[in-house]
Amino acid sequence: MLRERESPQAKRYARLVEQEKPRVDVGGNVLKAFVVGGTICLIGEVIKTYLMSFGLSGEVAGVWTSIALVFLSALLTGLGIYDEIARFGGAGSAIPITGFSNSVVAPAMEFRSEGAILGLAARMFVIAGPVIVYGLVSATVFGLIRSVLF
Amino acid sequence: MNYLLAFLFGGLVCAAGQVVLDKSKLTQADLMVILVVVGSLLSALGLYKPLVDTFGAGASVPVSNFGHVLTQGVMEGYAKDGFFGVFAGGVTKAAAVLGAAILFGFTAGLLFRPKG
Amino acid sequence: MNKTFTLKNVYVEETASVVGPTEGAGPLGDLYDVVIPDEIYGESSWEKAERKMLIESIGLCMNKAGYEPADFDMILAGDLSGQLISANFAARDLPIPFAGIYGACSTFTLTVGMGALLIEGGFMDRVIAGASSHHETAEKTFRFPTELGVQRKATATWTMSGAAAVILGRSGPVRVSEVTFGRVVDYGIKDANNLGAAMAPAAFDTLERHLKNLGKRPEDYDLIATGDLGSVGQIMLKHLMGDSSMGSGNLTDCGLLVYDTRQDAHAGASGCGASACVFSSHFFPLLKKGHIRRLLLLATGALFGLTTAQQKESIPSTSHAICFERVEES
Repeated sequence: MLRERESPQAKRYARLVEQEKPRVDVGGNVLKAFVVGGTICLIGEVIKTYLMSFGLSGEVAGVWTSIALVFLSALLTGLGIYDEIARFGGAGSAIPITGFSNSVVAPAMEFRSEGAILGLAARMFVIAGPVIVYGLVSATVFGLIRSVLF
Repeated sequence: MNYLLAFLFGGLVCAAGQVVLDKSKLTQADLMVILVVVGSLLSALGLYKPLVDTFGAGASVPVSNFGHVLTQGVMEGYAKDGFFGVFAGGVTKAAAVLGAAILFGFTAGLLFRPKG
Repeated sequence: MNKTFTLKNVYVEETASVVGPTEGAGPLGDLYDVVIPDEIYGESSWEKAERKMLIESIGLCMNKAGYEPADFDMILAGDLSGQLISANFAARDLPIPFAGIYGACSTFTLTVGMGALLIEGGFMDRVIAGASSHHETAEKTFRFPTELGVQRKATATWTMSGAAAVILGRSGPVRVSEVTFGRVVDYGIKDANNLGAAMAPAAFDTLERHLKNLGKRPEDYDLIATGDLGSVGQIMLKHLMGDSSMGSGNLTDCGLLVYDTRQDAHAGASGCGASACVFSSHFFPLLKKGHIRRLLLLATGALFGLTTAQQKESIPSTSHAICFERVEES
């Protein structure tokens, strides 16, 4: 027996749903993402240059810059500001490392009501976990292939 | 000049990401994972470091850089300690960022209440 | 058997609604009984805040009508949380037999329908029907931590923070005259960011059966209101109605009445609270005053879970219809 959701009506309906989706101002969103993302990277560059002016090497300054951005994002998330920036900036606030930090702080704050151990700590990486897992897995696979074979 | 290059390249990466978000069913989390994997691949091909050298923070601030750092760590670990180095190498190189994320995340979780 | 129940002895005696600040700032802001100052409402968790709103709406409703808990036979209530914790814990404070009912966002008309049948059947004299939703508890259950930077899709609705309760009894200014329970309808929509489109077929199915069972047309009602189809869902419902021989009527959607366009709600308000609060604060007074005489309310619910969404399943939905009719003075 044909399930309702597999029927021709359902397929027609699905096509209609796609047609009736409200138009998204992709151009506007892309521009906002460009500006927000560019600005966050600019802030990173400013911090890095400033640190290097004290004689730190490029690599060390880079690590400190990452730490500084992680801190800034944690603060802005804690103050309830980062999600407002993200509403406007979209990918511009998700892609920089600040987005990663926000994705760690947000669940930590949210699940704190379920306790410091089983709530906050256990659920802290619910969003960012995949980035770490897939980052490490691909680093190992690609890195090994490169190191062993070439 | 550095500032302009960082702004432009970072903005470009984010703009491309926004197109993906708006035109596909992928979520922000999917996008972050894709970027980190792409960063890792480019890193293994020796293509990410030139991006960082040219565009500075424009290439090192996006999360793709995390993939790059991990991959360099794995490769350096292998060069130094063979397969043993593979296990430790990636995480060691990225340790500072991971440590910071956990420490600041934990502290913020304790100090701040969500506002909704 | 596919029935529509025509009732003669069930009335809505009183209503009460408690909503959040965003809802209070919307077009119906002055009509709600209570607008809370912020989403946490002085509690230590979002869940406790939602519970408090529901308890207060029930208590307020009782006070307005001058009743004690002993005057009630049963409470039927539900919310969006797992295990219906808001409804369960609200009922804990009241010595009245309770059943938690889950209909997702269709809970309000489901609880009214079931309560109405219990009274019409002679088993009970007075029943409370209630429903609540809370933006942050819903986000936590179904989507993302609230401080996570997310850009919502244009088709997405905003789960509103609102709780409402109504008293069903054997006399009152508004009659519950018709009840049709919904079937679960699934047209294969998988997009949890477009629940309006997922639920519209269920609203259409119930509406069609309701009208057919009674031999009525949409124009026989002054107003047909869906629960929370939102702007996109309403467009889809109109398509389905247009493609059939049903005709059109005076169609509105509770979710579209809660926020104004400046509040950036995208496709509108959603949640159990939408139909419950809009009926309690807005439609009930309109019926009492005679501005409308017959309202067909179809609350709509998307019966999915986070797990099914992650397992890439589609979104089955349902819609329960209640006709509320003004009692004419004779």
